[in-house]
Amino acid sequence: MADEKKKANRPVPRVDEESRPFWEACARHELYVQKCRTCGTVFYYPRAFCPEDMSQDFEWLRCSGRGTVYTFTITRQNQSAGFRNKVPYVMAYVELEEGVRMLTNIVDCDPESVTIGMPVEVTFEDVTPEVSVPLFKPATE
Amino acid sequence: MSISRKAALAGVYEHPLRWAPHKTQYQIMAESARGALDDAGLSIKDVNGLFTSGVGGMGIIALAEHLNLNPDFLDSNSIGGSSFVSHTAHAAAAIAAGYCDVALILYGSKWSSDRFAVGTGGGGSGDPPEQFEGCYGPTTVGDYALAAQRHMYEFGTTGEQLAEIAVTTRKHASLNPHAKFRDLISVDDVLASREVSSPLHLLDCCMISDGGGALVVTSAERARDLKKKPVYLLSAAEACTHTSAGMRDITDAAAKQSGPKAMARAGVSHSDFDMAMIYDSFTITVCITLESLGFCQKGEGGAYVQNGRIGLGGELPINTDGGGLSSNHPGMRGIFLVIEAVKQLRGECGERQVKDCALAFCHGTGGTLGLRHSGASLVLGV
Ligand SMILES: [Zn+2]
Repeated sequence: MADEKKKANRPVPRVDEESRPFWEACARHELYVQKCRTCGTVFYYPRAFCPEDMSQDFEWLRCSGRGTVYTFTITRQNQSAGFRNKVPYVMAYVELEEGVRMLTNIVDCDPESVTIGMPVEVTFEDVTPEVSVPLFKPATE
Repeated sequence: MSISRKAALAGVYEHPLRWAPHKTQYQIMAESARGALDDAGLSIKDVNGLFTSGVGGMGIIALAEHLNLNPDFLDSNSIGGSSFVSHTAHAAAAIAAGYCDVALILYGSKWSSDRFAVGTGGGGSGDPPEQFEGCYGPTTVGDYALAAQRHMYEFGTTGEQLAEIAVTTRKHASLNPHAKFRDLISVDDVLASREVSSPLHLLDCCMISDGGGALVVTSAERARDLKKKPVYLLSAAEACTHTSAGMRDITDAAAKQSGPKAMARAGVSHSDFDMAMIYDSFTITVCITLESLGFCQKGEGGAYVQNGRIGLGGELPINTDGGGLSSNHPGMRGIFLVIEAVKQLRGECGERQVKDCALAFCHGTGGTLGLRHSGASLVLGV
């Protein structure tokens, strides 16, 4: 694992007890968020309880993978390993159809073409054989 | 129990250096401590409360050791750049409660000479929420840029309006002999400076400097017998905000929660203030903070900062020392907000003095607007 982390071209998220189902789904290239069965709240990032009422009765909701750009920035300077050679890259919050906003990157397009409100869809990058991260690209339809 | 007028700032000191490769962090702190204690007319032996941040988990104990202090009260609350604004409030509460009677608040850093890439370095990827962020390349500048981009989209705020904040702050710095950048700049200069993370340009960003400072807080009663005119703490409030499980409005700051509370507790409102110190990590921070505090309506920050309103002689002069944009920003700046407000309230600011300054507002933002941050508000008066 240590060697894989060194080879990875971006920081490898640390999978933990609360987030394991999320990351395991990402490894299958599927995006899930959580929905509380008690109060109906859809939430992200993943955790072991509902952040509205602390209920532990929640379900994993398979996302359509579609959303829109809520905000973004074209990062032109980042000294850290994994990003030094990626600039300029687009960091963004994407608002998923399911209603939550997630931090991500917009890829597979000219950074200058990204706009707020732009429809996007999820794509996955395999950072290591075990861990894939959800990214977004311009929607195909 | 209200802390209003129970405690006063009796001594302040801003370290004059902005580049200190030949000094240690603790040395900068000790020199600042001596300066603030001299200013108050007190000695290190009078100190029985110690406050600091930026020294690591248990660093405050090592700092006490370095200063050979055995304080009765210790607080190294670390909520980012606003920590020292928060310490000032905590010191007043501790004094009002009788836990200590001379509190020393210290900051020192060498982030510039240590070449610490605070603005454009990477985030972590460990515990939540970092494991959902670090892999996307967040930088401090980028996290604020996310808020700026959305603000522009929703409210039509322009780069020119944000640049006005940098231009006004630079004008103030030109009147501060210790400020790092004192040459006047124009809106065009800001817009022509290189884009670091869109839509923020280099001159929208605070600098990274070395530096430090110190505050001495004591009981109002004791302060009246000391060297300088006491500056009273009238009220305080704190808050934090974060990604709110995926539903946060990125154009709101924690100031929205703490600001109105601090004003209500002091029984004052916006038009009562003679000046304000607003943490200026970036131009957008000032714009969104002024809105969140209620100095203008949400979305109107861009128009509010234009036409000299936030400059000396304007309706609400802010960051009269030149702020983090032009005077100094050694990683965290909260302590300088309080130092400058105290100097203004004492009438010690020379060329940059706000006339008849009697009531000042300080607001520190610590962390980032785009992900999570703290807010600490103070109302100070004479
Ligand atoms: Zn719930």
